[in-house]
Amino acid sequence: MRNFAQLFTDLDRTTKTLGKIKALTEYFQKVSDHDKLWSIALLSHRRPRRTINTTLLGTWASELSGLPAWLFTESYHVVGDLAETITLLLPETAEQSDESLTYWIDFIRSLEPLTIEEKKGKVLWAWNRLDQTERFVFNKLITGGFRMGVSQQLMVKALAKHTGTRENIVAHRLMGNWSPETDTFQQLMLEEDQKDISKPYPFYLAYALEGEVYTLGDPQEWFAEHKWDGIRGQIIVRDRQLFVWSRGEELVTDKYPEFATLLDILPDGTVLDGEILPFKDDQPLSFNHLQTRIGRKTLSAKVLKEVPVSFVTYDILEWEGIDIRNWTMEARRRKVEEICSAEHPVLRLSALVNFETWEELAQERSRARDLFSEGIMLKRKESIYRNGRRRGDWWKWKIDPFTVDAVMIYAMHGAGRRANLYTDYTFAAWDGEQLVPFTKAYSGLTDDEIREVDRWIKQNTIERFGPVRSVKPELVFEIAFEGIAQSTRHKSGIALRFPRIRRWRKDKPASEADRIENLRKLL
Amino acid sequence: MGLLEFTERGIYCPKADVYLDPWKPVDRAVISHGHSDHARWGHKNYLCSATAAPVIRHRLQLDTIETANYGEPVYIHGVQFSFHPAGHIPGSAQIRVEHKGEVWVFTGDYKLEPDGLSEPFELVRCQNFITESTFGLPVYHWKPQQEIFDEINAWWRKNQSEGRVSVIAGYTLGKSQRLLKNVDVSIGKIIVHGAVDAVNQVMRQQGIALPETHRVTKDSRKQDFDGALVICPPSAVGSPWIRRFLPYSLGIASGWMSLRGARRRRGADRGFPLSDHVDWKSLNIAVRETGAEKVFVTHGYSEVFSQWLSENGIESHVVKTEYEGELSEMVEGTATTPAGTGENIPVTTNDTPNDDTEQL
Ligand SMILES: [Zn+2]
Ligand SMILES: [Zn+2]
Repeated sequence: MRNFAQLFTDLDRTTKTLGKIKALTEYFQKVSDHDKLWSIALLSHRRPRRTINTTLLGTWASELSGLPAWLFTESYHVVGDLAETITLLLPETAEQSDESLTYWIDFIRSLEPLTIEEKKGKVLWAWNRLDQTERFVFNKLITGGFRMGVSQQLMVKALAKHTGTRENIVAHRLMGNWSPETDTFQQLMLEEDQKDISKPYPFYLAYALEGEVYTLGDPQEWFAEHKWDGIRGQIIVRDRQLFVWSRGEELVTDKYPEFATLLDILPDGTVLDGEILPFKDDQPLSFNHLQTRIGRKTLSAKVLKEVPVSFVTYDILEWEGIDIRNWTMEARRRKVEEICSAEHPVLRLSALVNFETWEELAQERSRARDLFSEGIMLKRKESIYRNGRRRGDWWKWKIDPFTVDAVMIYAMHGAGRRANLYTDYTFAAWDGEQLVPFTKAYSGLTDDEIREVDRWIKQNTIERFGPVRSVKPELVFEIAFEGIAQSTRHKSGIALRFPRIRRWRKDKPASEADRIENLRKLL
Repeated sequence: MGLLEFTERGIYCPKADVYLDPWKPVDRAVISHGHSDHARWGHKNYLCSATAAPVIRHRLQLDTIETANYGEPVYIHGVQFSFHPAGHIPGSAQIRVEHKGEVWVFTGDYKLEPDGLSEPFELVRCQNFITESTFGLPVYHWKPQQEIFDEINAWWRKNQSEGRVSVIAGYTLGKSQRLLKNVDVSIGKIIVHGAVDAVNQVMRQQGIALPETHRVTKDSRKQDFDGALVICPPSAVGSPWIRRFLPYSLGIASGWMSLRGARRRRGADRGFPLSDHVDWKSLNIAVRETGAEKVFVTHGYSEVFSQWLSENGIESHVVKTEYEGELSEMVEGTATTPAGTGENIPVTTNDTPNDDTEQL
């Protein structure tokens, strides 16, 4: 555990990519294959199952530290992280130990069948054996919320260096269904044959275009298409089986039974990249429709009929069993068009937008909202398919969001990085003489503004309910959002998509904030 | 009528017609120390400790200011006032107020651990204790300062060996000088920001010994910064002024840095939890040792700490003030930085959560 705790500290102490890679490679050099595998798993969010109710951990920690439960809770609200709160409140340790990361993970997994009293005994024993950082890591492992500020890309870089393998190959191997409980480091990283036929490729993600579009140069060098508002997915056909992966690295084949028919038209060794979209009568539906079907455990015939989905494809990553990500976009596009040449109700081609000048493209973009598209995607014709989020070859040029001016009425402490400031706000709009809360929003303010708002909140609190403060309805903010839907769960009857603070309207008194009717008109 | 009252303008002694650290303009103010949330502009008369006076005079541009030595009684309309070291920054004082056997102590800001710079905290027994609670939560538990300075020295040495300048941000008044006084000066050259230097000069003039420091001038060249430690206010972070030191490693010295969230939010390479306020444990010791029957809790986690005291059988009340603890000290120094440097503190972006609902 000492090595892993050291890695954790090293990663925490640098914000620089090179420093992080160095820390990771040094770590890989030092530890066993078992520990390596578990570390990779943890860094790519494959955590051991939770074996203890986290509330119990809090209770034991406050008992041990001699603090009343409410004070523990207050502390937790300020720290914003349970594992860290416990670490800070526990009395200092006497003992020292040197068990491995794998030992402690096995230890945590072995707790599952035990009674609560037995679990307590074990956890207290562990707390007493670990120093402060190790304790924090242990608590993080046991509460299951591990994030170490290391992106997949970074880890891939370090592993590539460590194993002497190409980054692309490492990235691919880390995808899909593997588990440190059943696989070994050798199998995962070093053996040639890939037994997992469902393994997807890492998605190439685009950055948002921030500057003017003409800075991209010659329009002739770019493909443009609409950015469809669905779920990013990969369809894989190998050994006469079909798999559907979503962007969250989740295997979702069962959720889209419609796609089974694609086995008839796609040969083995095909991987398509595209968007899962609700589509009816040859028209795309809004994302809200898709949302009604995402959460369901079982898909009724009714739902399938009301919200049928299509796969709108725009890229191909594997053809005839060969990884073709290094073909140019233009060549891959030709292949996709060839595959989609016959009309099919479920597999559709994401059409290219024809344009000669950037002005023409801007015009097309202005129609996006009517088409239920979020804007325009731009892809350089000469580019290869890269992995992760990269600048340069793919850009999303989104349409401007909707905005509303709203009054802040509640505030809560932020979590993690913003734990000692009020950064989570609830906003309201006028309904007659009353302010009705309709959304929460974070981010979008500068550090100075956050501090200023925080100070204002502390001096203008009306009431406190646990971590939440109600404040004088005075501050007005402009909230940007991407979409709006009816909602029965919200008092206001509406729910916003991607709400965020765009700016602080210091120039507006609360009385001039928007009315809820204006929002309902957008429905 | 009590000896002290809590009013809109500040803590008030009606018998003497005097305010302690008032936040609105008054005729007569008794000031605990020079931080801007305690020593404000616009009062007619100021009284402070003799060692706090130079800085306050400098900061508020005052011609006259009344002073008293620590422990020396000053009578105003028959009420006895005296200053006692608060251990917070040089010259900082607790203000003791006595009349007809009734004794109050107002701490201003304070800490119990000697820092090698400020006059060490003196315990003053009283019946009524008005205490800050900036870090009045059990998660705040300071390590001995030597441990922190060992870390700072090690960090400085490591940067030096890797060809980086070490930039450390701390409040202009107090923290910067505490850093200066305690780092290992044999490691290398120390460069200070203009705002820090201004305070250093005032302190040196009043006889506080500080190690040799250098300023950046027009003629400074890159190699002048080699292996140096740069001390600057947090407001200089992210400003053009700091870019001349590239490549550098950025450290921040503040009590808030003991929480991981705060550390990450500041976008620094290193956070050193070094505070000039009492932590939870010391706060409890101070309250107990004063023997106070009533405790009034000001800025910080006042509600939490007050409830904790009440549950432990000590009568306690929350007092709303406009003191801001380390938050205001965080942004202090802005006025004295070169124009246009702004206060944009970069936030790390490499750990923003994945937004899985977004598609491309
Ligand atoms: Zn202070
Ligand atoms: Zn203060």
